[in-house]
Amino acid sequence: MGGWLNALPGAVAQGMIWGIMAIGVYITYKILDIADLTVDGSMCTGAAVCTMLMLSGVNVWLAVLVAILAGMLAGLLTGIFHTFMGIPAILAGILTQLILWSVNLKIMGKSNQSLPARSFDVLVTQLKQWETLLILVAFCAVLIAVLYWFFGTELGSSVRATGCNIGMSRAQGINTDFNKILGLMISNGIVALSGALLAQYQGAADISMGRGAIVTGLAAVIIGEAVFSKVLRNFALRLTGVVLGGVIYYIVYQTVIYLGFDTDLLKMLSAIVVAFFLAVPYWNKKYFVKPKKKGDGGNAGA
Amino acid sequence: MLELKNVTKTFNPGTVNEKIALKNLNLLLNDGDFVTVIGGNGAGKSTMLNAIAGVWKPDEGQILIDGVDVTGMVEYKRAKFLGRVFQDPMLGTAADMEIEENLALAVRRGRRRGLGWGIRSSEREKYKELLAELGLGLEHRLTSKVGLLSGGQRQAVTLLMATLNRPKLLLLDEHTAALDPATAAKVMSLTDRIIDEEHLTALMVTHNMQDAITHGNRLIMMHEGGIIFDISGEEKRKLTIEDLLDRFRKLSGTQFANDRALLN
Ligand SMILES: Nc1ncnc2c1ncn2[C@@H]1O[C@H](COP(=O)(O)OP(=O)(O)OP(=O)(O)O)[C@@H](O)[C@H]1O
Ligand SMILES: [Mg+2]
Repeated sequence: MGGWLNALPGAVAQGMIWGIMAIGVYITYKILDIADLTVDGSMCTGAAVCTMLMLSGVNVWLAVLVAILAGMLAGLLTGIFHTFMGIPAILAGILTQLILWSVNLKIMGKSNQSLPARSFDVLVTQLKQWETLLILVAFCAVLIAVLYWFFGTELGSSVRATGCNIGMSRAQGINTDFNKILGLMISNGIVALSGALLAQYQGAADISMGRGAIVTGLAAVIIGEAVFSKVLRNFALRLTGVVLGGVIYYIVYQTVIYLGFDTDLLKMLSAIVVAFFLAVPYWNKKYFVKPKKKGDGGNAGA
Repeated sequence: MLELKNVTKTFNPGTVNEKIALKNLNLLLNDGDFVTVIGGNGAGKSTMLNAIAGVWKPDEGQILIDGVDVTGMVEYKRAKFLGRVFQDPMLGTAADMEIEENLALAVRRGRRRGLGWGIRSSEREKYKELLAELGLGLEHRLTSKVGLLSGGQRQAVTLLMATLNRPKLLLLDEHTAALDPATAAKVMSLTDRIIDEEHLTALMVTHNMQDAITHGNRLIMMHEGGIIFDISGEEKRKLTIEDLLDRFRKLSGTQFANDRALLN
């Protein structure tokens, strides 16, 4: 039990970093209605860019900023594949992901680079758990506030409309292609931010660090919704729920490891759990909701 | 107001599924015309409305709205001239967004969407009044998700959205077809009222012959991608369903085949 407790702050910190990543997934998956697989690559891009810049002496804040911009560039690429070139979103994301694999290797020069917290002025690190937690809370708060503001603006509302009903959006004069690209850029910028934070926290960037990120992100989104959707209806609170979803995910993950579960099987386990939860709304519709009688569309007196 | 010149559209050209949906279509609408459009299944009615809305570019011909050549203009840009209501109540609104958010999106049609608030409190008062006029009790549900509304309520909201920011042309594609008769009548009278009050120019596709005769000042009948019959004014007012079916038989050489129309 003592070991488990000692590992708790670390699990919470990692959970929050993945929670930030999950906010990126939330924007594409929930708001834009696109399953964007770019994230598996852009997470590592964020880590790689941040790490290499810091290794060459760049200030940590600037390094994080450039990492975010690099992630946005990845989103832009997927967006162009999808809108301008008409490639289905899933495939567009996979193509970018593959491109990023090469790009990330080129950025790092090899498959991993260490960024020792003792020698560099990192924002988050395992060495200072409590400070790290505070900084992560601040990051999440600012991020959620900015997103809350943005999705309340005219432009942000039109992005939400694009994801909700694309035909209606065009009929209302909304540039849906632009909005999809914008959403993909914001999402991947956030994912790259989490990658940059994770590299600092772990003290290394690794080419495979984003592998399966989409599943972890989805898991956090799903957990966040399942646990908090009844109480957290407001948009900002729902994003908070997503971050908390990431934290819960990591605590469970840590616990499973603590209990001696075969770590080789963890990715499989996560994927199966996510698959199951993705099926729930489908099953609900198929087996539990009584089909509405046809022709009572005007039942509410219209 | 609207001018279609020799508009032609072929779907799946060069394949076994080739379908000439619009064939050298010509149409001129005057300011304030309220035109009802009838025709059999596959006559090209929806295709004509889609061509006007810019869902795709026609193969040939020209489309002018209020003197502006919009033939090559993409759908979302053209939207500033148009209000549209679709057959399926699901299509015209964003279900996951609130009623007031939907209206706020619509009021900004044709304007640049910037980083100002998506909805201002002064707008809410206006929306409340407009919703109250619908007589559906929606004025108390400004922040309800549109997805919770009935089909008729959604069509009424869509109609409001289409006309909130006065369009040069209102396109209605069987917008009451998915509703039960009582609801359809309600939405139809609402349509009449808005078109009348705002002096709108409108094209309304309907499968209901009686509606086509009762509403509007002009009626056109489509067949195989063209207009075979165009009648207005006094003559139109005196039409009967029998007349229409008769005319159709003579002009097209076939029976009027619209499964939905025959049910009426
Ligand atoms: N996107 C499309 N791809 C291929 N064929 C199409 C497409 N849209 C319409 N068509 C075809 O063009 C023809 C005209 O269709 P349209 O939808 O305009 O008919 P309509 O007059 O609206 O009929 P209805 O009364 O059934 O709505 C039909 O044969 C239809 O199958
Ligand atoms: Mg049609």
